[in-house]
Amino acid sequence: MSTTELPRIAALPAAEEAATPAPRPRRMGDVVTHGVLILGVLLFALPLWIVIMGSTHDAASIGRGEVPLLPGAHAIENYAGAWAGGTSATIRVPVAVMMLNSVVMATAIAVGKIAISLISAYAVVFFRFPGRMLAFWAIFITLMLPVEVRIFPTFKVVSDLGMMDSYAGLIVPLIASATATLLFRQFFMTIPDEFVEAAKIDGAGPMRFFWDVALPLSRTNMAALFVILFVYGWNQYLWPLLVTTSGNVETIVVGIVKMIGSEANTEWNIVMATTVLALLPPVAVVLLMQRWFVKGLTDTEK
Amino acid sequence: MNRKVIFKGVALPYLLLLPQLLITVVFFFWPAGQAIWFSFLRQDAFGIRTQFVGFENFADLFADPLYIQVIGNTVVFSAAVTALSIATALLLAVLADRQIRGAQGYRTLLIWPYAIAPAVAAVLWIFMVHPSIGLLGQALNGMGIPWDYKLNGAQAMLVVIIASAWKQVSYNFIFFLAGLQSIPKAVLEAAAIDGARPVRRFWTIIFPLLSPTTFFLLVVNLTYAFFDTFGVIDALTKGGPAKSTETLIYRAYIDGRVNLDLGSSSAQAVVLMVAIIALTAVQFRFIERRVHY
Repeated sequence: MSTTELPRIAALPAAEEAATPAPRPRRMGDVVTHGVLILGVLLFALPLWIVIMGSTHDAASIGRGEVPLLPGAHAIENYAGAWAGGTSATIRVPVAVMMLNSVVMATAIAVGKIAISLISAYAVVFFRFPGRMLAFWAIFITLMLPVEVRIFPTFKVVSDLGMMDSYAGLIVPLIASATATLLFRQFFMTIPDEFVEAAKIDGAGPMRFFWDVALPLSRTNMAALFVILFVYGWNQYLWPLLVTTSGNVETIVVGIVKMIGSEANTEWNIVMATTVLALLPPVAVVLLMQRWFVKGLTDTEK
Repeated sequence: MNRKVIFKGVALPYLLLLPQLLITVVFFFWPAGQAIWFSFLRQDAFGIRTQFVGFENFADLFADPLYIQVIGNTVVFSAAVTALSIATALLLAVLADRQIRGAQGYRTLLIWPYAIAPAVAAVLWIFMVHPSIGLLGQALNGMGIPWDYKLNGAQAMLVVIIASAWKQVSYNFIFFLAGLQSIPKAVLEAAAIDGARPVRRFWTIIFPLLSPTTFFLLVVNLTYAFFDTFGVIDALTKGGPAKSTETLIYRAYIDGRVNLDLGSSSAQAVVLMVAIIALTAVQFRFIERRVHY
Protein backbone atom coordinates (compact mmCIF):
# COMPACT_ATOMS: atom_id res chain seq x y z
CA MET A 1 0.00 0.00 0.00
CA SER A 2 2.71 2.41 0.95
CA THR A 3 4.48 1.98 -2.36
CA THR A 4 1.45 3.15 -4.31
CA GLU A 5 0.38 5.91 -1.93
CA LEU A 6 3.71 7.58 -1.41
CA PRO A 7 4.49 8.91 -4.88
CA ARG A 8 1.00 10.32 -5.25
CA ILE A 9 1.23 12.31 -2.03
CA ALA A 10 4.68 13.53 -2.87
CA ALA A 11 3.56 14.68 -6.29
CA LEU A 12 0.51 16.55 -5.01
CA PRO A 13 2.04 19.72 -3.56
CA ALA A 14 4.31 20.19 -6.56
CA ALA A 15 1.39 19.96 -8.95
CA GLU A 16 -0.69 22.41 -6.93
CA GLU A 17 2.10 24.88 -6.52
CA ALA A 18 2.51 24.99 -10.27
CA ALA A 19 -1.18 25.75 -10.73
CA THR A 20 -1.71 28.25 -7.89
CA PRO A 21 1.62 29.29 -6.45
CA ALA A 22 0.65 32.06 -4.05
CA PRO A 23 -2.57 31.32 -2.12
CA ARG A 24 -1.71 27.94 -0.61
CA PRO A 25 1.31 28.84 1.56
CA ARG A 26 -0.48 32.01 2.56
CA ARG A 27 -3.56 30.11 3.70
CA MET A 28 -1.38 27.60 5.52
CA GLY A 29 0.51 30.44 7.20
CA ASP A 30 -2.76 32.02 8.32
CA VAL A 31 -3.93 28.75 9.85
CA VAL A 32 -0.69 28.43 11.80
CA THR A 33 -0.93 32.08 12.87
CA HIS A 34 -4.48 31.64 14.14
CA GLY A 35 -3.52 28.40 15.83
CA VAL A 36 -0.58 29.88 17.75
CA LEU A 37 -2.51 33.02 18.68
CA ILE A 38 -5.43 30.97 19.97
CA LEU A 39 -2.98 28.91 22.02
CA GLY A 40 -1.54 32.14 23.39
CA VAL A 41 -4.98 33.48 24.27
CA LEU A 42 -5.84 30.18 25.99
CA LEU A 43 -2.57 30.24 27.94
CA PHE A 44 -3.72 33.51 29.48
CA ALA A 45 -7.41 32.73 29.72
CA LEU A 46 -7.23 29.23 31.20
CA PRO A 47 -6.00 30.13 34.72
CA LEU A 48 -8.61 32.88 34.85
CA TRP A 49 -11.33 30.54 33.57
CA ILE A 50 -10.57 27.96 36.27
CA VAL A 51 -10.78 30.60 38.98
CA ILE A 52 -14.04 32.05 37.65
CA MET A 53 -15.58 28.58 37.45
CA GLY A 54 -14.14 27.59 40.82
CA SER A 55 -15.72 30.61 42.43
CA THR A 56 -19.15 29.08 41.66
CA HIS A 57 -18.51 25.77 43.45
CA ASP A 58 -18.61 24.91 47.14
CA ALA A 59 -15.51 24.49 49.28
CA ALA A 60 -15.87 20.72 49.58
CA SER A 61 -15.72 19.93 45.87
CA ILE A 62 -12.61 22.12 45.37
CA GLY A 63 -11.01 20.65 48.49
CA ARG A 64 -11.61 17.14 47.14
CA GLY A 65 -9.53 18.13 44.15
CA GLU A 66 -12.26 18.41 41.51
CA VAL A 67 -10.83 20.99 39.15
CA PRO A 68 -13.82 23.07 38.12
CA LEU A 69 -14.09 23.65 34.38
CA LEU A 70 -17.85 24.30 34.29
CA PRO A 71 -20.06 26.62 36.37
CA GLY A 72 -21.44 25.32 39.65
CA ALA A 73 -24.43 26.29 41.74
CA HIS A 74 -22.81 28.24 44.55
CA ALA A 75 -21.88 31.51 42.85
CA ILE A 76 -24.18 33.76 44.84
CA GLU A 77 -23.31 32.39 48.27
CA ASN A 78 -19.56 32.45 47.53
CA TYR A 79 -19.53 36.04 46.30
CA ALA A 80 -21.97 37.23 48.96
CA GLY A 81 -19.96 35.39 51.61
CA ALA A 82 -16.66 36.86 50.46
CA TRP A 83 -18.10 40.34 50.02
CA ALA A 84 -19.66 40.52 53.46
CA GLY A 85 -17.66 38.09 55.59
CA GLY A 86 -14.20 37.43 54.14
CA THR A 87 -12.51 34.34 55.59
CA SER A 88 -11.40 33.33 59.05
CA ALA A 89 -7.76 33.51 57.90
CA THR A 90 -8.18 37.27 57.41
CA ILE A 91 -10.05 37.73 60.69
CA ARG A 92 -13.32 38.05 58.77
CA VAL A 93 -12.49 41.42 57.25
CA PRO A 94 -15.15 41.72 54.56
CA VAL A 95 -13.84 41.75 51.00
CA ALA A 96 -16.02 44.84 50.51
CA VAL A 97 -13.74 46.72 52.95
CA MET A 98 -10.58 45.50 51.20
CA MET A 99 -11.98 46.49 47.82
CA LEU A 100 -12.84 49.95 49.12
CA ASN A 101 -9.31 50.31 50.54
CA SER A 102 -7.78 49.27 47.23
CA VAL A 103 -9.99 51.67 45.30
CA VAL A 104 -9.03 54.53 47.61
CA MET A 105 -5.34 53.63 47.47
CA ALA A 106 -5.15 53.16 43.70
CA THR A 107 -7.18 56.27 42.91
CA ALA A 108 -5.31 58.46 45.37
CA ILE A 109 -1.92 57.25 44.11
CA ALA A 110 -2.90 57.83 40.48
CA VAL A 111 -4.47 61.26 41.05
CA GLY A 112 -1.77 62.33 43.51
CA LYS A 113 1.10 61.31 41.28
CA ILE A 114 -0.45 63.05 38.29
CA ALA A 115 -1.17 66.22 40.26
CA ILE A 116 2.25 66.70 41.87
CA SER A 117 4.09 65.66 38.71
CA LEU A 118 2.06 68.04 36.59
CA ILE A 119 2.85 71.08 38.73
CA SER A 120 6.50 70.22 39.27
CA ALA A 121 7.04 69.63 35.54
CA TYR A 122 5.31 72.97 34.88
CA ALA A 123 7.67 74.72 37.29
CA VAL A 124 10.76 73.14 35.73
CA VAL A 125 9.74 73.91 32.14
CA PHE A 126 8.12 77.36 32.33
CA PHE A 127 10.36 79.12 34.86
CA ARG A 128 14.04 79.91 35.44
CA PHE A 129 15.12 79.91 39.05
CA PRO A 130 18.19 78.97 41.06
CA GLY A 131 18.35 75.24 41.72
CA ARG A 132 16.09 74.35 38.82
CA MET A 133 18.34 71.62 37.44
CA LEU A 134 19.08 70.36 40.94
CA ALA A 135 15.36 69.93 41.58
CA PHE A 136 14.93 68.17 38.26
CA TRP A 137 17.74 65.72 38.96
CA ALA A 138 16.51 65.13 42.50
CA ILE A 139 13.17 63.99 41.06
CA PHE A 140 14.83 62.07 38.26
CA ILE A 141 17.05 60.08 40.60
CA THR A 142 14.07 58.62 42.47
CA LEU A 143 13.78 56.29 39.46
CA MET A 144 16.68 54.44 41.00
CA LEU A 145 15.13 54.11 44.45
CA PRO A 146 12.05 51.89 44.12
CA VAL A 147 10.20 51.25 47.34
CA GLU A 148 11.64 47.73 47.56
CA VAL A 149 15.22 48.86 48.15
CA ARG A 150 14.40 51.33 50.90
CA ILE A 151 11.54 49.50 52.59
CA PHE A 152 12.76 49.39 56.17
CA PRO A 153 14.09 52.91 56.54
CA THR A 154 10.94 54.19 54.80
CA PHE A 155 8.89 52.03 57.12
CA LYS A 156 10.68 53.63 60.07
CA VAL A 157 10.01 57.15 58.78
CA VAL A 158 6.35 56.32 58.30
CA SER A 159 6.05 54.89 61.79
CA ASP A 160 7.90 57.90 63.30
CA LEU A 161 5.40 60.16 61.55
CA GLY A 162 2.54 58.13 63.07
CA MET A 163 1.26 57.11 59.63
CA MET A 164 1.21 53.36 60.21
CA ASP A 165 -1.98 51.50 59.42
CA SER A 166 -3.60 54.50 57.74
CA TYR A 167 -4.47 55.61 54.24
CA ALA A 168 -1.79 58.29 54.49
CA GLY A 169 0.86 55.67 55.23
CA LEU A 170 -0.31 53.53 52.32
CA ILE A 171 -0.45 56.36 49.82
CA VAL A 172 1.90 59.27 50.50
CA PRO A 173 5.25 57.41 50.37
CA LEU A 174 4.36 56.02 46.92
CA ILE A 175 3.15 59.27 45.45
CA ALA A 176 6.39 60.82 44.12
CA SER A 177 6.85 59.89 40.48
CA ALA A 178 9.82 60.49 38.26
CA THR A 179 8.22 58.90 35.19
CA ALA A 180 5.10 61.08 35.31
CA THR A 181 7.22 64.21 35.82
CA LEU A 182 9.46 63.26 32.88
CA LEU A 183 6.44 62.65 30.65
CA PHE A 184 4.79 65.98 31.47
CA ARG A 185 8.11 67.80 31.13
CA GLN A 186 8.60 66.28 27.70
CA PHE A 187 5.06 67.24 26.72
CA PHE A 188 5.32 70.83 28.03
CA MET A 189 8.47 71.29 25.96
CA THR A 190 6.36 70.76 22.82
CA ILE A 191 3.87 73.55 23.58
CA PRO A 192 4.71 76.24 20.99
CA ASP A 193 6.34 79.48 22.25
CA GLU A 194 3.64 81.42 20.39
CA PHE A 195 1.03 80.12 22.85
CA VAL A 196 3.01 81.48 25.78
CA GLU A 197 3.66 84.79 24.03
CA ALA A 198 0.01 85.20 23.08
CA ALA A 199 -1.01 84.48 26.64
CA LYS A 200 1.47 87.04 27.98
CA ILE A 201 0.27 89.70 25.55
CA ASP A 202 -3.28 89.04 26.70
CA GLY A 203 -2.06 89.62 30.24
CA ALA A 204 -2.40 86.03 31.42
CA GLY A 205 -0.13 85.05 34.29
CA PRO A 206 1.52 81.68 34.76
CA MET A 207 -1.34 80.16 36.74
CA ARG A 208 -3.92 81.35 34.22
CA PHE A 209 -1.84 79.79 31.44
CA PHE A 210 -1.61 76.58 33.44
CA TRP A 211 -5.37 76.24 33.93
CA ASP A 212 -6.47 77.44 30.49
CA VAL A 213 -3.76 76.06 28.20
CA ALA A 214 -1.29 73.58 29.71
CA LEU A 215 -3.83 71.55 31.68
CA PRO A 216 -6.43 71.07 28.91
CA LEU A 217 -3.67 70.16 26.43
CA SER A 218 -2.39 67.47 28.82
CA ARG A 219 -5.71 65.66 29.05
CA THR A 220 -4.77 62.67 26.87
CA ASN A 221 -1.49 62.20 28.72
CA MET A 222 -3.32 62.38 32.02
CA ALA A 223 -5.83 59.74 30.93
CA ALA A 224 -3.09 57.36 29.82
CA LEU A 225 -1.11 57.92 33.00
CA PHE A 226 -4.20 57.40 35.10
CA VAL A 227 -4.61 53.87 33.74
CA ILE A 228 -0.95 52.98 34.28
CA LEU A 229 -0.79 54.47 37.76
CA PHE A 230 -4.15 53.08 38.86
CA VAL A 231 -2.94 49.59 37.96
CA TYR A 232 0.39 50.32 39.69
CA GLY A 233 -1.39 51.42 42.87
CA TRP A 234 -3.92 48.58 42.85
CA ASN A 235 -1.19 45.97 42.39
CA GLN A 236 1.10 47.13 45.22
CA TYR A 237 2.00 44.26 47.50
CA LEU A 238 5.14 44.68 49.61
CA TRP A 239 4.40 48.17 50.89
CA PRO A 240 0.80 47.54 52.04
CA LEU A 241 1.96 44.26 53.59
CA LEU A 242 4.34 46.23 55.83
CA VAL A 243 2.22 49.28 56.60
CA THR A 244 -1.11 47.65 57.44
CA THR A 245 -1.20 46.08 60.87
CA SER A 246 -4.95 45.69 61.34
CA GLY A 247 -7.81 44.86 59.02
CA ASN A 248 -8.88 48.50 58.69
CA VAL A 249 -6.75 49.43 55.70
CA GLU A 250 -6.04 45.94 54.35
CA THR A 251 -5.90 45.96 50.55
CA ILE A 252 -7.41 43.23 48.42
CA VAL A 253 -4.17 42.00 46.82
CA VAL A 254 -2.52 41.47 50.19
CA GLY A 255 -5.79 40.11 51.60
CA ILE A 256 -6.01 37.25 49.08
CA VAL A 257 -2.53 35.99 49.90
CA LYS A 258 -3.32 36.18 53.62
CA MET A 259 -6.52 34.19 52.97
CA ILE A 260 -4.46 31.33 51.57
CA GLY A 261 -2.16 31.46 54.59
CA SER A 262 -0.50 28.14 55.28
CA GLU A 263 -3.10 26.22 53.27
CA ALA A 264 -4.60 24.57 56.33
CA ASN A 265 -8.38 24.86 56.03
CA THR A 266 -8.13 27.39 53.24
CA GLU A 267 -11.60 28.32 52.02
CA TRP A 268 -10.62 27.95 48.36
CA ASN A 269 -14.05 28.85 46.99
CA ILE A 270 -13.94 32.20 48.84
CA VAL A 271 -10.33 32.75 47.73
CA MET A 272 -11.40 32.21 44.11
CA ALA A 273 -14.37 34.58 44.39
CA THR A 274 -12.11 37.19 46.00
CA THR A 275 -9.51 36.75 43.25
CA VAL A 276 -12.15 37.45 40.59
CA LEU A 277 -13.29 40.56 42.49
CA ALA A 278 -9.67 41.74 42.86
CA LEU A 279 -9.05 41.37 39.13
CA LEU A 280 -12.11 43.21 37.92
CA PRO A 281 -11.33 46.90 38.57
CA PRO A 282 -7.81 47.04 37.06
CA VAL A 283 -8.71 44.79 34.12
CA ALA A 284 -11.81 46.90 33.45
CA VAL A 285 -9.79 50.12 33.55
CA VAL A 286 -7.20 48.70 31.13
CA LEU A 287 -9.74 47.29 28.68
CA LEU A 288 -12.05 50.32 28.70
CA MET A 289 -9.18 52.73 28.16
CA GLN A 290 -7.10 50.39 26.00
CA ARG A 291 -6.36 52.85 23.22
CA TRP A 292 -5.06 55.64 25.47
CA PHE A 293 -3.32 53.24 27.74
CA VAL A 294 -1.30 51.49 25.02
CA LYS A 295 -0.20 54.79 23.54
CA GLY A 296 0.55 56.22 26.96
CA LEU A 297 2.56 53.23 28.08
CA THR A 298 4.77 53.15 25.01
CA ASP A 299 5.26 56.95 25.21
CA THR A 300 5.98 57.09 28.93
CA GLU A 301 8.63 54.49 29.16
CA LYS A 302 10.73 55.45 26.19
CA MET B 1 16.01 71.36 26.85
CA ASN B 2 15.20 75.00 27.63
CA ARG B 3 12.19 76.95 26.44
CA LYS B 4 12.87 80.38 25.02
CA VAL B 5 9.71 82.00 26.32
CA ILE B 6 9.12 81.63 30.02
CA PHE B 7 7.24 83.21 32.89
CA LYS B 8 8.79 85.46 35.51
CA GLY B 9 8.68 84.56 39.15
CA VAL B 10 10.73 82.77 41.74
CA ALA B 11 8.37 82.00 44.61
CA LEU B 12 5.75 80.35 42.43
CA PRO B 13 7.98 77.65 40.85
CA TYR B 14 9.34 76.71 44.29
CA LEU B 15 5.79 76.44 45.56
CA LEU B 16 4.84 74.20 42.63
CA LEU B 17 7.85 71.97 43.21
CA LEU B 18 7.35 71.79 46.96
CA PRO B 19 4.96 68.78 47.22
CA GLN B 20 7.05 66.56 44.95
CA LEU B 21 10.37 67.55 46.54
CA LEU B 22 9.02 67.20 50.07
CA ILE B 23 7.88 63.62 49.41
CA THR B 24 11.10 62.86 47.57
CA VAL B 25 13.26 64.05 50.46
CA VAL B 26 11.19 62.56 53.30
CA PHE B 27 10.37 59.18 51.74
CA PHE B 28 13.20 58.65 49.26
CA PHE B 29 16.45 60.45 50.13
CA TRP B 30 16.20 60.30 53.91
CA PRO B 31 15.41 56.54 54.01
CA ALA B 32 17.97 55.74 51.31
CA GLY B 33 20.57 57.71 53.25
CA GLN B 34 19.62 55.85 56.41
CA ALA B 35 19.92 52.52 54.63
CA ILE B 36 23.46 53.42 53.61
CA TRP B 37 24.33 54.67 57.11
CA PHE B 38 22.83 51.59 58.87
CA SER B 39 24.74 49.30 56.54
CA PHE B 40 27.92 50.41 58.34
CA LEU B 41 26.48 49.86 61.83
CA ARG B 42 25.88 46.83 63.95
CA GLN B 43 23.46 46.46 66.87
CA ASP B 44 23.98 44.08 69.75
CA ALA B 45 21.49 41.28 70.34
CA PHE B 46 19.28 43.47 72.53
CA GLY B 47 19.25 46.44 70.19
CA ILE B 48 20.71 48.69 72.89
CA ARG B 49 24.25 49.39 71.71
CA THR B 50 25.14 50.28 68.18
CA GLN B 51 28.65 50.54 66.85
CA PHE B 52 30.28 51.50 63.60
CA VAL B 53 31.75 48.46 61.87
CA GLY B 54 32.79 49.78 58.47
CA PHE B 55 32.29 47.28 55.68
CA GLU B 56 31.91 44.31 58.02
CA ASN B 57 28.21 43.83 57.21
CA PHE B 58 29.08 43.58 53.54
CA ALA B 59 32.01 41.25 54.21
CA ASP B 60 29.79 38.97 56.31
CA LEU B 61 27.12 39.04 53.63
CA PHE B 62 29.40 37.90 50.84
CA ALA B 63 31.10 35.35 53.09
CA ASP B 64 27.72 33.75 53.78
CA PRO B 65 27.23 30.74 51.47
CA LEU B 66 23.45 31.15 51.83
CA TYR B 67 23.69 34.69 50.45
CA ILE B 68 25.75 33.46 47.52
CA GLN B 69 23.04 30.85 46.94
CA VAL B 70 20.44 33.64 46.98
CA ILE B 71 22.45 35.58 44.38
CA GLY B 72 22.55 32.42 42.25
CA ASN B 73 18.78 31.96 42.64
CA THR B 74 18.21 35.57 41.61
CA VAL B 75 20.38 35.23 38.51
CA VAL B 76 18.70 32.00 37.37
CA PHE B 77 15.24 33.32 38.15
CA SER B 78 15.71 36.73 36.49
CA ALA B 79 17.36 35.32 33.37
CA ALA B 80 14.66 32.68 32.93
CA VAL B 81 11.76 35.08 33.53
CA THR B 82 13.24 37.63 31.11
CA ALA B 83 14.00 35.10 28.36
CA LEU B 84 10.67 33.31 28.64
CA SER B 85 8.47 36.41 28.72
CA ILE B 86 10.36 38.22 25.94
CA ALA B 87 10.41 35.20 23.60
CA THR B 88 6.70 34.43 24.12
CA ALA B 89 5.70 38.07 23.68
CA LEU B 90 7.80 38.46 20.53
CA LEU B 91 6.25 35.38 18.92
CA LEU B 92 2.70 36.50 19.75
CA ALA B 93 3.33 40.10 18.69
CA VAL B 94 4.78 39.12 15.31
CA LEU B 95 1.73 36.93 14.65
CA ALA B 96 -0.81 39.46 15.93
CA ASP B 97 0.78 42.11 13.71
CA ARG B 98 -0.02 40.11 10.55
CA GLN B 99 -2.95 41.06 8.35
CA ILE B 100 -5.36 38.43 9.63
CA ARG B 101 -9.01 38.32 10.55
CA GLY B 102 -9.65 39.22 14.19
CA ALA B 103 -6.21 40.74 14.83
CA GLN B 104 -7.71 43.41 17.12
CA GLY B 105 -9.54 40.76 19.12
CA TYR B 106 -6.34 38.79 19.68
CA ARG B 107 -4.58 41.94 20.79
CA THR B 108 -7.22 42.74 23.41
CA LEU B 109 -7.20 39.15 24.68
CA LEU B 110 -3.42 39.28 25.06
CA ILE B 111 -3.24 42.72 26.67
CA TRP B 112 -5.55 42.26 29.66
CA PRO B 113 -3.06 40.34 31.87
CA TYR B 114 -1.11 43.61 32.15
CA ALA B 115 -3.65 44.62 34.79
CA ILE B 116 -3.02 41.61 37.02
CA ALA B 117 -0.94 42.06 40.17
CA PRO B 118 2.06 39.74 40.47
CA ALA B 119 0.60 38.34 43.69
CA VAL B 120 -2.76 37.71 42.02
CA ALA B 121 -1.05 36.04 39.05
CA ALA B 122 0.57 33.72 41.58
CA VAL B 123 -2.82 32.91 43.10
CA LEU B 124 -4.21 32.12 39.62
CA TRP B 125 -1.29 29.75 39.07
CA ILE B 126 -1.87 27.98 42.38
CA PHE B 127 -5.02 26.56 40.80
CA MET B 128 -2.93 25.30 37.88
CA VAL B 129 0.05 23.79 39.67
CA HIS B 130 -1.13 22.87 43.15
CA PRO B 131 -0.40 19.14 43.64
CA SER B 132 -3.89 18.29 44.88
CA ILE B 133 -6.27 21.00 43.65
CA GLY B 134 -4.42 22.33 40.56
CA LEU B 135 -5.19 21.27 37.00
CA LEU B 136 -1.61 20.56 35.89
CA GLY B 137 -0.37 19.43 39.30
CA GLN B 138 -3.09 16.80 39.51
CA ALA B 139 -2.46 15.64 35.97
CA LEU B 140 1.27 15.23 36.58
CA ASN B 141 0.72 13.25 39.76
CA GLY B 142 -1.95 11.22 37.96
CA MET B 143 0.57 10.30 35.28
CA GLY B 144 2.93 9.04 37.97
CA ILE B 145 5.28 12.03 37.89
CA PRO B 146 5.79 13.11 41.51
CA TRP B 147 4.90 16.78 41.58
CA ASP B 148 4.85 19.00 44.64
CA TYR B 149 6.40 22.43 44.37
CA LYS B 150 6.14 22.84 48.14
CA LEU B 151 8.65 20.02 48.62
CA ASN B 152 10.80 20.03 45.49
CA GLY B 153 13.07 23.05 45.08
CA ALA B 154 13.54 22.75 41.32
CA GLN B 155 9.79 22.48 40.79
CA ALA B 156 9.25 25.48 43.06
CA MET B 157 11.69 27.54 41.00
CA LEU B 158 9.95 26.46 37.81
CA VAL B 159 6.57 27.51 39.19
CA VAL B 160 7.66 30.99 40.30
CA ILE B 161 9.42 31.51 36.95
CA ILE B 162 6.32 30.54 34.97
CA ALA B 163 3.93 32.65 37.05
CA SER B 164 6.26 35.69 36.92
CA ALA B 165 6.91 35.39 33.17
CA TRP B 166 3.20 34.80 32.48
CA LYS B 167 2.32 38.10 34.15
CA GLN B 168 4.96 40.03 32.19
CA VAL B 169 4.21 38.76 28.65
CA SER B 170 1.43 41.25 27.95
CA TYR B 171 3.66 44.20 28.87
CA ASN B 172 6.32 43.01 26.42
CA PHE B 173 3.64 42.23 23.84
CA ILE B 174 2.40 45.85 23.91
CA PHE B 175 5.90 47.19 23.29
CA PHE B 176 6.77 44.68 20.56
CA LEU B 177 3.50 45.44 18.79
CA ALA B 178 4.26 49.17 18.90
CA GLY B 179 7.78 48.44 17.62
CA LEU B 180 6.49 46.28 14.78
CA GLN B 181 3.98 48.89 13.71
CA SER B 182 6.74 51.47 13.37
CA ILE B 183 8.67 49.32 10.85
CA PRO B 184 8.04 50.81 7.40
CA LYS B 185 5.86 48.48 5.34
CA ALA B 186 7.81 49.36 2.18
CA VAL B 187 10.94 47.65 3.50
CA LEU B 188 9.07 44.43 4.15
CA GLU B 189 7.31 44.54 0.79
CA ALA B 190 10.61 45.08 -1.01
CA ALA B 191 12.07 42.03 0.73
CA ALA B 192 8.97 39.98 -0.13
CA ILE B 193 9.24 40.96 -3.78
CA ASP B 194 12.90 39.94 -3.72
CA GLY B 195 11.67 36.51 -2.70
CA ALA B 196 12.52 36.53 1.03
CA ARG B 197 10.25 34.10 2.89
CA PRO B 198 8.55 35.18 6.14
CA VAL B 199 11.12 33.46 8.38
CA ARG B 200 14.01 35.08 6.52
CA ARG B 201 12.23 38.46 6.54
CA PHE B 202 11.90 38.11 10.31
CA TRP B 203 15.57 37.41 11.04
CA THR B 204 17.11 39.79 8.51
CA ILE B 205 14.74 42.77 8.79
CA ILE B 206 12.21 42.65 11.60
CA PHE B 207 14.43 41.34 14.38
CA PRO B 208 17.31 43.81 13.82
CA LEU B 209 14.88 46.72 13.54
CA LEU B 210 13.22 45.64 16.78
CA SER B 211 16.52 45.47 18.66
CA PRO B 212 16.05 48.82 20.45
CA THR B 213 12.70 47.59 21.78
CA THR B 214 14.18 44.23 22.75
CA PHE B 215 17.05 45.86 24.58
CA PHE B 216 14.74 48.22 26.43
CA LEU B 217 12.53 45.28 27.44
CA LEU B 218 15.56 43.32 28.57
CA VAL B 219 16.38 45.99 31.14
CA VAL B 220 12.75 46.47 32.19
CA ASN B 221 12.18 42.73 32.58
CA LEU B 222 15.33 42.27 34.64
CA THR B 223 14.21 45.10 36.92
CA TYR B 224 10.76 43.48 37.15
CA ALA B 225 12.26 40.08 38.00
CA PHE B 226 14.54 41.64 40.63
CA PHE B 227 12.00 43.78 42.46
CA ASP B 228 8.38 43.33 41.44
CA THR B 229 8.15 39.57 41.79
CA PHE B 230 8.16 39.69 45.58
CA GLY B 231 4.39 39.10 45.56
CA VAL B 232 4.69 36.04 43.30
CA ILE B 233 7.25 34.40 45.55
CA ASP B 234 5.44 35.33 48.76
CA ALA B 235 2.14 33.92 47.50
CA LEU B 236 3.51 30.72 45.97
CA THR B 237 6.54 29.48 47.90
CA LYS B 238 7.55 32.05 50.57
CA GLY B 239 11.12 31.51 49.39
CA GLY B 240 11.02 27.78 50.11
CA PRO B 241 11.42 24.92 50.12
CA ALA B 242 14.80 25.21 51.87
CA LYS B 243 15.37 28.75 50.49
CA SER B 244 15.43 27.41 46.93
CA THR B 245 13.26 30.28 45.63
CA GLU B 246 14.64 33.02 47.86
CA THR B 247 15.76 35.99 45.77
CA LEU B 248 17.72 39.05 46.89
CA ILE B 249 14.63 41.11 47.61
CA TYR B 250 12.93 38.27 49.48
CA ARG B 251 15.99 37.67 51.63
CA ALA B 252 16.25 41.41 52.45
CA TYR B 253 12.62 41.30 53.54
CA ILE B 254 13.10 38.21 55.74
CA ASP B 255 16.24 39.59 57.41
CA GLY B 256 14.63 42.95 58.10
CA ARG B 257 11.11 41.89 58.98
CA VAL B 258 11.49 38.47 60.57
CA ASN B 259 15.08 38.36 61.78
CA LEU B 260 15.17 42.10 62.60
CA ASP B 261 18.81 42.26 61.55
CA LEU B 262 19.10 45.95 60.79
CA GLY B 263 22.76 46.03 59.70
CA SER B 264 22.56 43.08 57.35
CA SER B 265 19.22 44.06 55.85
CA SER B 266 20.52 47.61 55.24
CA ALA B 267 23.65 46.22 53.60
CA GLN B 268 21.39 44.13 51.37
CA ALA B 269 19.33 47.20 50.53
CA VAL B 270 22.55 48.94 49.46
CA VAL B 271 23.50 45.95 47.27
CA LEU B 272 20.06 46.18 45.63
CA MET B 273 20.49 49.93 45.14
CA VAL B 274 23.79 49.36 43.36
CA ALA B 275 22.09 46.74 41.15
CA ILE B 276 19.26 49.05 40.12
CA ILE B 277 21.58 52.02 39.57
CA ALA B 278 23.63 49.82 37.24
CA LEU B 279 20.52 48.69 35.35
CA THR B 280 19.21 52.25 35.01
CA ALA B 281 22.60 53.53 33.91
CA VAL B 282 22.81 50.86 31.20
CA GLN B 283 19.32 51.80 30.02
CA PHE B 284 20.05 55.51 29.81
CA ARG B 285 23.44 55.12 28.18
CA PHE B 286 21.69 53.07 25.57
CA ILE B 287 18.92 55.61 25.03
CA GLU B 288 21.50 58.39 24.65
CA ARG B 289 23.28 56.39 21.98
CA ARG B 290 20.08 55.70 20.15
CA VAL B 291 19.18 59.39 20.08
CA HIS B 292 22.47 60.19 18.36
CA TYR B 293 22.07 57.28 16.01
